[in-house]
Amino acid sequence: MKHWLRRQRALADYTLAAAARRKGKNIALVAVFSVVVFAVASAMFFAAALRTEARAVLAAAPEMIVQKLTLGRQEMIEAEAIEALRAIRGVAGAEGRLWGYFYDRINGANYTIMVAPAGEAAPAPGHVRIGEAIPKARGFTYATAPLFLSRHPGDLQKFVVDQTFGSESALVSADLVVMNEADFRAFFALPAGKFTDIAVRVRNEREIGTIVEKAARVLPEARFVTRAEIGRTYEKLFSWREGILTALAGAAMLAFAIFAAEKASGLSAEEAREIGILKAIGWDTRDVIAMKLWEGALISGGAFLIGTLAAYGHVFLAGGTLFAPVLKGWAVLYPDFPLTPAIDALQLTTLGLLTVVPYTAAVLVPIWRVASADPDRAMR
Amino acid sequence: MSARRPTTPVFAAFGLLLALAGGAAVHAAARAPAEAARIAASAALVRDLGLTDLALFTEARFTRHPALADLATAFMDAPAALDHFPSGSLMPPPEPGQIGQYGQSALGVSAQEIAR
Repeated sequence: MKHWLRRQRALADYTLAAAARRKGKNIALVAVFSVVVFAVASAMFFAAALRTEARAVLAAAPEMIVQKLTLGRQEMIEAEAIEALRAIRGVAGAEGRLWGYFYDRINGANYTIMVAPAGEAAPAPGHVRIGEAIPKARGFTYATAPLFLSRHPGDLQKFVVDQTFGSESALVSADLVVMNEADFRAFFALPAGKFTDIAVRVRNEREIGTIVEKAARVLPEARFVTRAEIGRTYEKLFSWREGILTALAGAAMLAFAIFAAEKASGLSAEEAREIGILKAIGWDTRDVIAMKLWEGALISGGAFLIGTLAAYGHVFLAGGTLFAPVLKGWAVLYPDFPLTPAIDALQLTTLGLLTVVPYTAAVLVPIWRVASADPDRAMR
Repeated sequence: MSARRPTTPVFAAFGLLLALAGGAAVHAAARAPAEAARIAASAALVRDLGLTDLALFTEARFTRHPALADLATAFMDAPAALDHFPSGSLMPPPEPGQIGQYGQSALGVSAQEIAR
């Protein structure tokens, strides 16, 4: 064992000494490889963290949302539908939800205005609870600054801010304005007895399919969105996002694989001569391949470690700065929250398979061809 | 034998990288309780207010609430008008089969019945 270790160390020594002769090229190789790993790993960590977050947070969402659709668009639903839904067996409760969007002409942001559901303490008339991104976007200069909302030129509604949701819940509350029902109906000039949609609580989640079926008979024109579907939507959304980022990084990966294969297969005359000399002084094919494997392992292993660590720092310490523009889109309000590291062995293995294996494969075959060639031919 | 073998600094660098990886693992583990509390706070708000979506993309109705968006979101402003928000290109369009029972319940008949 000791002998074997010494032999490997000597091979690694030789490899590094040989690599040092082409220092610039090899450093560039590791740097480019690290950047490729960094891009793929960042996309992976980011998407996985968001997916975990969404799954954990939305597990508490209402079991079912019932919307009314008219002309292919969502419409306000009548209060009668709530009674109809409550009458279905297995339904623990149905509440009309009131929420809508408000475009703030002052800063071009969109707010989600909603009414606190029954059972929750609603803000007093003229009072609101708001998400943490709103004071930031509006540039509130002091803690008790009121929120002024303008629906049209010449209109200004003042709301006293009771509470600003902390940044710990920013992911779900960044743009929220919670008010009471009377204020909401007055603000949006909404007639009584109309709701945005209906949240249905179900006694046994396994019955939800049956309940949807029954509800569809009572409310034929409604659309039912179950909690499982909400979860799936987000699962798919982040997978799609990860896919796009990985596809972009994949192009870089491919270019890199071509570059690596090029480098290995178009072994410079110098390298081929070197291998020829090694074989002439008694190295056999196995030794040459072991030496080259060391080279590949050091380059890809180093790049893998550097890229993965940089990605961890980027996503979880720096908040994914490079992805922020993509994520933010055109939105004025964006939740400011740290991501929870959610990395498992499967992810790291996938990352390794996506990056290290192509490189090793691209390098190995040409090396083997040269290594098994006749030393006389190689040196010529 | 020379004073320093070339593997010494390189292996030391690998050791350092592995130590950093260990540090990252420790960092993740140390942050876990605070993160769990943060997620619990968000989940509590979701439960209390009955929220359905993440406030990640606030620029448009269908990006703010993708789970509840109309099925024709991409064309909602005018016929054949494609979505003009960047995050729209990063979000998959909703699939009729995947979201809701809209297709079937609107017709009130199953696909087999239509076929018949």
